[in-house]
Amino acid sequence: MNQILIETKGLKKHFAIEKGKNAAVVHAVDGIDLSIQNGETFGLVGESGCGKTTVGKTILRLIEPTEGQIFFKGVILLSLDKRELRHFRINMQMVHQDPFASLNPAMTIKRIIGRPIEIHEMAKGKEVKEKVDALLQAVNIDPGWKNRFPHEFSGGQRQRIAIARALALNPKFIVLDEPTSSLDVSVQGQIINLLVKLQKEFRLTFLFISHNLSITKLISDKVGVMYVGKLAEMATAEELFKNPLHPYTKALISAIPSTDIDSKSRRIILKGNVPSPTNLPPGCRFHPRCNYKMPLCEKEEPKLLKVNGEHSAACFLSD
Amino acid sequence: MIREILQNQEILLDIKNLILNFYTNRGQITALDGIDLKLYKNESLGLVGETGCGKSITALSIMRLIPAPPGKIVQGEIFFDGKDLLKIPETEMRRVRGGKISMIFQEPSTSLNPVFKVGDQIIEAIQLHQKLGREKGKRKTVEMLEKVGMPDPKDIINRFPHELSGGMQQRIMIAMALSSNPKLLIADEPTTALDVTTQAQILDLIKELKKDIISSMLLITHDLGIVAEICDRVAVMYTGNIIEHAELKTLFKSPLHPYTRGLLDAIPKMNAHKKELGFIPGTLPDLMKLPEGCKFNPRCPHQMEICLKKKPELEEVKEGHFAACHLYSI
Repeated sequence: MNQILIETKGLKKHFAIEKGKNAAVVHAVDGIDLSIQNGETFGLVGESGCGKTTVGKTILRLIEPTEGQIFFKGVILLSLDKRELRHFRINMQMVHQDPFASLNPAMTIKRIIGRPIEIHEMAKGKEVKEKVDALLQAVNIDPGWKNRFPHEFSGGQRQRIAIARALALNPKFIVLDEPTSSLDVSVQGQIINLLVKLQKEFRLTFLFISHNLSITKLISDKVGVMYVGKLAEMATAEELFKNPLHPYTKALISAIPSTDIDSKSRRIILKGNVPSPTNLPPGCRFHPRCNYKMPLCEKEEPKLLKVNGEHSAACFLSD
Repeated sequence: MIREILQNQEILLDIKNLILNFYTNRGQITALDGIDLKLYKNESLGLVGETGCGKSITALSIMRLIPAPPGKIVQGEIFFDGKDLLKIPETEMRRVRGGKISMIFQEPSTSLNPVFKVGDQIIEAIQLHQKLGREKGKRKTVEMLEKVGMPDPKDIINRFPHELSGGMQQRIMIAMALSSNPKLLIADEPTTALDVTTQAQILDLIKELKKDIISSMLLITHDLGIVAEICDRVAVMYTGNIIEHAELKTLFKSPLHPYTRGLLDAIPKMNAHKKELGFIPGTLPDLMKLPEGCKFNPRCPHQMEICLKKKPELEEVKEGHFAACHLYSI
């Protein structure tokens, strides 16, 4: 049952910025080891620019990694050539953040959802139509609207259309990149509940990328916290929020504005800003902002080590 | 108790039945449909709502910054410190804007002029509203930057906006807004463009400044969590109307309007154990095609016959707790 579907080992993506002789390198993803079990949701959280979207895209090989390995059910993804990869992509799809940008405005939604089915020859003629209808129904959109264009739908509806498109090829794995962050609060729940329902129905595995910790906690089985290209901490969702170990995770959790007006828990304020991924501090990349900095942290970089069970942290304090 | 304190307090801002239309090629939109809002001295009022509900438009109306055309205030009054801002001449309004009322915006990177040093931009704002020479203005700028927790202000004043992070830029905006000791600060989604940890820094700063420098504040946000941390009173907006307002604790503990209740349910709770999130069915209505009667009726779980016909008025349901819903008007 508990089979590993996705695994990355030492995944790195460095972008070179052209700047004459002293070309700099952006360490967008700087060595990520993670594994996602079949049927589970892995939440990847972090602040903007920490590399979480790049991780999602490199796993799908939409961006080619600089270093490292990606396994999909044991298949070495990087060993596939272009044609093989194209066929293999049936198994893995992506839902992007902004449904106003991810749907082609010149296509009817019938075509948006139907095209992948035709391209991969999963169905023909009338079958395509039936499949599109079924997909629209699955995401609670009236199939009678299938001849409409994306601009005729609201943000929440558009995101459901994007989800229907991702489901069109019966994938096993879907990368959800901030699927609710461009939506209004009152409709956010519609999408989250739909994703949970579809996951059960179609036995899907999710990589849920978000900067919103409370939403991630709600939907994920396991959560990884990223800080400038690396995982700072990883644990089951329950454990991570109950017993955070890394000082960054602690600060991140305490930073969420709470609507619980009775419990005013103390907020941990971090000094300074996220360092630039082109110019990383030596040692632990979090040390300039850390409230528990030790001399060791300035020299050596802590590794992501197992603390107990499924809980690992990259911090000398939890060694 | 809070109500008694408020009653004894002077009203600083009093918006009365404000109606604002936009005239576009597609037709007429009523962006504000009769807003009544009071803000007392030394109070922080949170104005909450989703995209397009009119919360930013309300703020811009107070500042008289609505582009006309296409916008036009067709009815209403905005009393500030006893004067109707809609009636005073533009020359006087310029002294109010940035002087008596200051505003900070959502996106600090677009609010600052990219070709001027940040110090010069603050000095300009100071000299516009206070009779200070260049040197004194500069000293005041450094002093303001210290107050907003800027490290090494003497160096910062010579920097350009692009050299600063989003959080630092927002600190510059706050310093600029507060440099003229305004009677009212309007903060329009001041932390929305920022990361969680930076947001925490800015919220902490605003809380700190509230103790002495910020006297009264109108905070506009879509995040009820931020309101819960900073405000004394909350007003909730939906499609151009204020549908509920009350003191902070009352609104969070016993919300009356079905929309407010739905909104509170839609926020994920950190202690929840279920993989399920509350939501409001349907979507926000198109302002061009608003439903008849109560504008929330198509999404409301308590829809009654009267809701389809008559728009509910904002009424005092319990002491100090106002709601616009037919459930309470019987």
